[in-house]
Amino acid sequence: MVDATGTRRADVLVAGGRVAAVGDDLDAPGAQVLDAGGCLVAPGLVDLHAHLREPGREEAETVETGARAAALGGYTAIVAMPNTEPAIDSAAVVRQVLDLGATAPCDVRVAGAITVGRAGKALAPMAEMAALGVRLFTDDGAGVQDARLMRRALEYASALDVTLAQHCEDEALAAGGHMHEGEWSSRLGLPGIPAEAEELMVARDIALCRLTGARAHFLHLSTAGSLELVAAAKAAGLPVTAEVAPHHFTLTHAEVAGYDPVYKVNPPLRTAADVAAVKAALAAGVVDAIATDHAPHAPEAKEAPFDQAPPGMLGLETALALALGELDLPVERVLALLSWQPAAIAGLAGEHGGPIAEGAAANLCVVDPAAAWVVEPDLLASRSRNTPYGGRKLRGRVRHTILRGEPVVIDFEAQR
Amino acid sequence: MKHLLAVNDLGAEGIEEVLRVTDSFVEVSSRAIPKVPALRGKTVVSLFYESSTRTRLSFETAARRLSADIMTFTAPTSAIAKGESLRDTVETIQAMGIDAVVVRHGSAGVPQLIASWIDASVVNAGDGWHEHPTQALLDCYTIRQRRGSLDALRIAVVGDVKHSRVARSDVAAFALLGADVTLVAPPTLLPPSLEGWPVTVSHDLDAVLPKVDVVYVLRLQNERMKEALLPSLREYTASYGLTRRRADLLADDALVMHPGPMNRGVEIAADVAALENSVITTQVANGVAVRMAVLYLLLGSGQDLAG
Repeated sequence: MVDATGTRRADVLVAGGRVAAVGDDLDAPGAQVLDAGGCLVAPGLVDLHAHLREPGREEAETVETGARAAALGGYTAIVAMPNTEPAIDSAAVVRQVLDLGATAPCDVRVAGAITVGRAGKALAPMAEMAALGVRLFTDDGAGVQDARLMRRALEYASALDVTLAQHCEDEALAAGGHMHEGEWSSRLGLPGIPAEAEELMVARDIALCRLTGARAHFLHLSTAGSLELVAAAKAAGLPVTAEVAPHHFTLTHAEVAGYDPVYKVNPPLRTAADVAAVKAALAAGVVDAIATDHAPHAPEAKEAPFDQAPPGMLGLETALALALGELDLPVERVLALLSWQPAAIAGLAGEHGGPIAEGAAANLCVVDPAAAWVVEPDLLASRSRNTPYGGRKLRGRVRHTILRGEPVVIDFEAQR
Repeated sequence: MKHLLAVNDLGAEGIEEVLRVTDSFVEVSSRAIPKVPALRGKTVVSLFYESSTRTRLSFETAARRLSADIMTFTAPTSAIAKGESLRDTVETIQAMGIDAVVVRHGSAGVPQLIASWIDASVVNAGDGWHEHPTQALLDCYTIRQRRGSLDALRIAVVGDVKHSRVARSDVAAFALLGADVTLVAPPTLLPPSLEGWPVTVSHDLDAVLPKVDVVYVLRLQNERMKEALLPSLREYTASYGLTRRRADLLADDALVMHPGPMNRGVEIAADVAALENSVITTQVANGVAVRMAVLYLLLGSGQDLAG
């Protein structure tokens, strides 16, 4: 058993949606037994960054299919991003997505938009959404370009006990880009997005954080420069947190050489030096969470010229194995980055992320760290197939997932 | 050779082979009836998503002189205009039973994508800013015709390298054949990174011109002004245009080249394009023979060329 309090060997008894007992050789006649031999029992994983596409893009994903993919990946809670059609920028749309998630095999939470329609012009009704339990706000898919508007949003949000999360990208500098600007974009003749387009907004938001005192979370950071800025902000005591996505510590811009849009993502795949910086920042504690940026797109959308295809990759079913396999970190640290640290950022501590103790909500995952498997896009639970890891051999897989006491995944199979 | 997607796929030997076969087709083109039955029964599709008169006509002429059948899809007149996806269009064409697709597209990488979807041979006739390999082949052929070899030749490529598929293919081909390439352009018109490019860079055309054997002038598109890449056409011409005064800095036997279509008075002066050492129309003439060679090498099955 692994949680924020440490690692030990124990049985876990679950009843009524809660942990009933933790101890050696627990005896519970008639109880369903899930074998966890050779496995780690951990608090369920929490994803700060999932695009579930509903409402509006149900051909790519629905709340139900996305939640099933999440459960298979070991997640018991995911935060749905607001770049749906319509955007999640009002209580009505928040309610719709929460209702869709009510019967899903994973706890579906919602991030609300910072601005109306994610258009970056006027503040969305954050208090109305916060009243429904929304704890994260972002215009993800785009950053809030206007510094004055972002300042007001941070100030306004500071009274609501919510966190603003930024997709850091200066649109003027990034305009027209489809991949990281550098050696490969130059060779391939594709317009690039410089690392500085991300770093400018990270630097601006750190300044706004200093100005307002409000909390800020940085989504999917991808460059060495961004991580240096965050490290300095944290050292200065500013209330900032940061996440990175698995593709930014496993893949580089060289993957684009074949022009396959499955490698198109925003922020783009960066250089090997950036990948090394992301790994180092994870090891150093500069980064607080690994988030998937799960971004499904229907096959027909991705079978397009690189510069016409939408950006985004699947992530929910592969994140844990990639983190276990690619990061030179102890499993306890990997689980901290995937479970209890993101749970705290999402305002879910207490419900998700453990610790596993009597009376705690029974949101758990059972990880087999030795399970070897091959990513087969056609076997993924997501409605889309745009994983960049098709055919890749991975090690480490979620064997069981328990949501509020119910086993929603048993022996690698979704139960509903 | 199954496809022609990029110059580096050919390598130096591949380029030499195309140039050797081109010699035979230059001879064919000089006959009273410039036609051979080498590709009789083969079907070549020209799939042009961007308007391009010269390249499309050059390929279609090449295919006809080899007795292949031609089908033409151009963007404004076909299913492309009705919103059909690239993949559906390509699979529809493939279903008709064809042997090669010659593709021009505004997006880099489209020939690679098409090659991954279908069995027919794919010839890249220009993809976005990426490559235009047959242009590079005809440029090499033209230079070799006049200078015997590219080995150790000094070639300046002048102008909008950043947005130029011709430049990417030419730089690769010139370097593979042993030439010493200098890019001359304002920094805003160079690619953001030149890591791995076998070139040197200069911003001083006057200093470069006396030292080169070939000056290759790239087309400057008017929309570059709108993207804050240049202050004005006038300033571009003053700094990087091949004016009559600058042409006089060239060695007597230095060649002037341009891929066309020219913006006379912008990147090249009208009277420079007409100089004796300008081989711009020779480039066009050689284009047909080079494309015959490419199609023959991709689709031919050893028939007697003299046929």
